[in-house]
Amino acid sequence: MSTAPQLRDSYDVAIIGAGPAGMAAATVCAGAGLSTVLFDEQAAPGGQIYRAVGETPVRRASVLGNDYWYGERLVQVVRASAAHHVPGATVWSLSREREIGVSIDGAARLVQARRVIIATGALERPFPIPGWTLPGVMTAGAAQILLKSSGMIPQGRTVLAGCGPLLWLLAWQYLNAGAKLDAILDTTPRANRKTAWPLAAPFLLSPYFRKGLRLLLSVRRRVRVITDVNDLRAEGEGKLQTVVYRAGDGPETRLPADTLLLHQGVVPNVNLAMSVGIEHRWDDEQLCWTPVVDGFGGTAVDGIAIAGDGAGIAGAWAAEERGKLAALAAVRALKPDARREQLPDEARVRLALAQVARGRLFLDRLYRPADRFRLPEGDTLVCRCEEVSARQVVETVALGCTGPNQMKSFLRCGMGPCQGRLCGLTVTELIARARGVSPAEVGHYRLRPPVKPITLGELAAMPKSEAAIKAVVRG
Amino acid sequence: MSTSSDVDVAVIGGGLVGSAIAWGLAKIGQRVAVLDEGDIAFRASRGNFALVWVQSKGLGMPEYAGWTVRSSEAWGGFADALKAQTGIDVSHQRPGGFHLALSERELEQREQVLKRLHNQPAMQRYDWEIMDRERVRQALPQIGPGVVGASYCPLDGHVNSLRLFRALHTGMQQLGVTYLPNHTVDSIAHRNGAFIIRSAGGEVQSGKLVLAAGNGNARLGPMVGLDVPVRPQRGQIVVTEKVAPFLNYPVVTVRQTDEGGVMLGDSLEEAGFDPTVGTGVTSVIADRAVRMFPQLARLNVVRSWAALRVMTKDGFPIYDHSATCPGAFVATCHSGVTLAANHALALAPLIAAGHLPAEQFEVFSARRFHVPAVA
Amino acid sequence: MFQRLPDAGDATLSITIDGKSVPARAGDSVAATLLAAGIDHCRTTPVSGAPRAPYCMMGVCFECLVVIDGVGNRQGCLIPVRDGMAVQIQHGKRELER
Repeated sequence: MSTAPQLRDSYDVAIIGAGPAGMAAATVCAGAGLSTVLFDEQAAPGGQIYRAVGETPVRRASVLGNDYWYGERLVQVVRASAAHHVPGATVWSLSREREIGVSIDGAARLVQARRVIIATGALERPFPIPGWTLPGVMTAGAAQILLKSSGMIPQGRTVLAGCGPLLWLLAWQYLNAGAKLDAILDTTPRANRKTAWPLAAPFLLSPYFRKGLRLLLSVRRRVRVITDVNDLRAEGEGKLQTVVYRAGDGPETRLPADTLLLHQGVVPNVNLAMSVGIEHRWDDEQLCWTPVVDGFGGTAVDGIAIAGDGAGIAGAWAAEERGKLAALAAVRALKPDARREQLPDEARVRLALAQVARGRLFLDRLYRPADRFRLPEGDTLVCRCEEVSARQVVETVALGCTGPNQMKSFLRCGMGPCQGRLCGLTVTELIARARGVSPAEVGHYRLRPPVKPITLGELAAMPKSEAAIKAVVRG
Repeated sequence: MSTSSDVDVAVIGGGLVGSAIAWGLAKIGQRVAVLDEGDIAFRASRGNFALVWVQSKGLGMPEYAGWTVRSSEAWGGFADALKAQTGIDVSHQRPGGFHLALSERELEQREQVLKRLHNQPAMQRYDWEIMDRERVRQALPQIGPGVVGASYCPLDGHVNSLRLFRALHTGMQQLGVTYLPNHTVDSIAHRNGAFIIRSAGGEVQSGKLVLAAGNGNARLGPMVGLDVPVRPQRGQIVVTEKVAPFLNYPVVTVRQTDEGGVMLGDSLEEAGFDPTVGTGVTSVIADRAVRMFPQLARLNVVRSWAALRVMTKDGFPIYDHSATCPGAFVATCHSGVTLAANHALALAPLIAAGHLPAEQFEVFSARRFHVPAVA
Repeated sequence: MFQRLPDAGDATLSITIDGKSVPARAGDSVAATLLAAGIDHCRTTPVSGAPRAPYCMMGVCFECLVVIDGVGNRQGCLIPVRDGMAVQIQHGKRELER
């Protein structure tokens, strides 16, 4: 698979997203003899967790750690397969009839598939603290991308803040690379230990425990860690200059800073799936929307499945196994006579999935982000694109607005280019609290294509039926 | 179950039509309750193009042209009143508007329509003109080579319709209107001169009733002796990212909002109650827009949506009052923005007074559709 | 404020930011290059003129919008640098190009 073959008009299977789930699914489908296309927005496969694993400028393997390098094999296997990997491809629409709108090199086109596997993964949970829009404030995920893709580490005074395993992983990778960290502000609520403790046993037996503990202890030895941080804001004129925090019952403390890296977990990237009309349910454990899927990632929309973190946060290893399951379902549907030796064994995949799922509930509970960091107040911006504040959202609930879609009409939140990726959860939860009902009852933004921007020129060049022309040009 | 027996008028539907009427009623001292659906509802108002548009309306019903002109004239004062009361500026602008033609045939057809419109007996005439390409270019320097000309009407304008919506709701709240979301109406009874409205959220009683529930009126109307033959008609809209101001006049299918985004329309599909966006239609919309203004080609689309217009057989509004249930009214149209001024300032007082004068409103009654029933 | 690790490979290309030449490494995104060059902000918002800089680096936040070779609103984190690329800080709303 050296030179890029021509993109066809239709395939047996189209997979969207080349992270661990997408790569695993593509490998299985192609291996079974199905014509398979793997669309990915980035220049190389790997998704976010294995970002740039094929060409990272970070040569010393010990900096990024073995879990990262594991991804290299997945990339090699999918590249060696017959799957057609299309990099730099932005999928902007998906219809219920499995017609995919994709934009490559500034030109949009439509591709038809008999089965679609959405593997668009996760994104960082919004972390709306006062000043979070200041230049110099970024996500931990962004920092990892800069490290993996470009071999860059922060310069100057650097503070990490938030909770969750990824924060510790980033700190560890940074220390390995020689970066200097001024402080880690751990916002893990104290009370979480109580709710997590009953689930500790499976966690202690899971692969995450020993690995995580080693990492945590290694970081704590070398960086100042402040726990029980219950107040946090970023301040500065035109850019970040100071991080202000409060921990436990302590006083307000000011830390001069040039870079603040925030993280409080990841949530499914739901925009494409929601735009197809796939039903999503509010997950009160993970505090996010997750799609309604069966044991193979299948949704109620015929032929469309979701694999990986996009189906619910479970990590990279689980994503790989779920990619295999979605692929198995696709193969069984399209090529029931495929030779079993070419396919992964379902029972073994499910066993592996159960093993890597063990202990996750403990992590979810332990690192459940505090209300105060999910529900901002006052002038803190909720919608970064349209600059809508928490106060405005709450005042509009008092006007009678009951949900995020009406909220869009009132305040424009969710109308910016990010289409609610950075404000949707916050808006839903703020409305829920103001109304005294559950987020499930409040609902989420109604999303429609294009879920990623395409130009008017690209859209204008799409095929038009007679009926479509008649609908617009009416004499 | 909550009951309200001190409501003068219950308005069913909190969209642009219902809100404008409710605001207008409250402004003259009526005690009003508005019953609305929840966060997910069809909401034709969402599909509005924010135009306050006059040209070419009323072919087949000159009274509608007159009604439209009246609203267009009253709009400035309406916007001022909203601003004075709520502090919200809805950015009403009236620079005149264009309907661009992308072929000689389109331009001819346009001229024919406008001539026929203005030749109607009893037509209240107003200024309009057909402009050749050169004259259009003076007002719209960015037009593409495919634009052959346009019709222009100085009475046309546009508004920030989202801010209008917010101003109406804020204004209603300030005037003491009881706004009841999640109150989808199940049934309406008329007893002892009062209307008893049962909904998912509870019961409301009122002296008068206004049906402003869009396509929902078809189901509700018969409950109070009103025939409201409306059907959904899908329209799709495409919106671009925010751009520095470049378009100084609204074009009927392309307008730049005061926030900077460019809105593109429009389409008409008989698709039942299906509000799905289709790439085919949005592509045609994009194509025509780019032919009108080639510089638009590089702009990114940040969202598109579809909404269901509330359409009558002839495209004209229905304003009616019930003969069997006095005090029940219906108001439905597909120009909720243009007519908002009339709804708030002209229609609301008539509803408060209890009846719609025949000379003015008979033409808008649903009786115009009655043909001998075919079993 | 970001710096390249010593063994990250040489920045042998160059781009301009508001006319000023800065080094760039083949394979880096425009956004990463801007951060390495020490820019304070890459744009000011169309709503209030507030300064913004890259936030997520993965194409979902739309904060890294810059003008590239005369075309505005380009997501810097999704575009690899090219030698000679002209990047400009975007001020407010995108300008409609000729």
